[in-house]
Amino acid sequence: MKITQGTFSYLPELSEEEISAQIQYGIDNGWAVSVEFTDDPHPRNVYWEMWGMPMFDLKDAAGGLHEVKRCREAFPNRYVRVSLYNSTLTKQTTAVQFIVNRPSFEPGFRLERQDGPDRQIRYTLHPYAIDQPPGDRYGESRGAASAFASGPNPDTE
Amino acid sequence: MSDAGRVPLKEKPEAPSLGTGMRRPEVEGWAQSETGQDHSALIDPLREIPDELQVDAGQLLKDSRVDEVLARLDRELVGLTAVKERIREIAALLLVDRLRRSLALEAEAPSLHMSFTGNPGTGKTTVAMRMGQILYQLGYVRKGHIVVAGRDDLVGQYVGHTAPKTREVLKRAMGGVLFIDEAYNIYRLDNERDYGQETVELLLQVMESERQNVVVVMAGYKDKMERFFNDVPGISSRIAFHIEFPDYRLDELMDIARLMLREQRYRFSPEAEKTFEAYLTRRLEQPRFANGRSVRNALERARMRHAVRLFELGSQERTLTKGDLVTIEADDILKSRVFETEDVASAET
Repeated sequence: MKITQGTFSYLPELSEEEISAQIQYGIDNGWAVSVEFTDDPHPRNVYWEMWGMPMFDLKDAAGGLHEVKRCREAFPNRYVRVSLYNSTLTKQTTAVQFIVNRPSFEPGFRLERQDGPDRQIRYTLHPYAIDQPPGDRYGESRGAASAFASGPNPDTE
Repeated sequence: MSDAGRVPLKEKPEAPSLGTGMRRPEVEGWAQSETGQDHSALIDPLREIPDELQVDAGQLLKDSRVDEVLARLDRELVGLTAVKERIREIAALLLVDRLRRSLALEAEAPSLHMSFTGNPGTGKTTVAMRMGQILYQLGYVRKGHIVVAGRDDLVGQYVGHTAPKTREVLKRAMGGVLFIDEAYNIYRLDNERDYGQETVELLLQVMESERQNVVVVMAGYKDKMERFFNDVPGISSRIAFHIEFPDYRLDELMDIARLMLREQRYRFSPEAEKTFEAYLTRRLEQPRFANGRSVRNALERARMRHAVRLFELGSQERTLTKGDLVTIEADDILKSRVFETEDVASAET
């Protein structure tokens, strides 16, 4: 099941050129570029792991794309997204956010029913992926995860 | 569950067609196209486009405003013929590349990393600052901004600090020019625990893999740069253009002085010009002569003396004219220490 969240998620996957064009659009508007990743596909999981610092002072999209590629390389089997953050006063919010990488197989969600008082039923979504511990969810080795855990910044020394 | 959702991004199929197939394949990055495998299925423009097909070079030349760029360079930079020659070569290469691309004769984007070596004050930094604009007008870089970086900006202070720091600077410079002044400061051979080594490694890697996106210009004094290139063997070969900045001759220095004065809306009186030439002749023989920078400093001091002179005239209730305000007289230069020491020396003998 293809997860759809963020902008452009109903479109076919963006090519690198298209990603660059979107990042450039954000830069031209003065927005900060950041790359984030996660392996928890739940739609309410809004805080993803940051791939390095947000990039506030880019002039050209190549810098952003460079980080996207590095993040994909390190986590080929996770969700990676690009956020373009508008920091102007009274806005201060994410302007555009789109997924640029996803696991090769997305198992989807199951519906869970909970019996309440008076035969009431409460429904919730449960992603199949999160039954596994973080790092093991999309059939990748723990190597990548532990490399990341060794420091706050993804640059391995 | 649709099958489309399962296809990972990287293997997104791309039907090679005549129109788009000529572009670099975006999906796997650029590395693959360099091996040439991707082109096997496409037509071969070398064979299938007739050699007689004409291209409109004149129009392209006009559109790119290369002449304008080169003329401006000639006008605003004195001497430096070797440097201008190199820039002309680069301009020609980029233009021909563009012409070839219009016929799908794809070639690898040339690597334009440069090193500027020369004595103090020979214009290395000035040219480097121009480089962004020049390459932008030639259409090689997309933005044409300059990011100036020194050792402090690139090398970290503790383990794990360096790579992100260097990468940060490189990302900022993408689409433009990264200028590393006194590049030999990055790498200190005598201290093996220095993190400069790491910066150099990352620089080398990015200079290679992102050469379409960033142009690295390293500048520094000749002997120190030479030692730097010897200590770090990979770096010299990754720099396509090694440009040497020669010392200026006396007439060139005079041209520089005139140009600087004109920019600041001053002029020499005829005697002052002769005096300044005499000044430079003497200064050239003294140690620590720093070419253009020495000229600038001398002019700054002349301006100061000029101001003092006018101030004194003014306090004597003399009326000043515009001519007084813009003209530097021989007196303003003669008061220099260069003439003094000479007089003392000659008095002694």
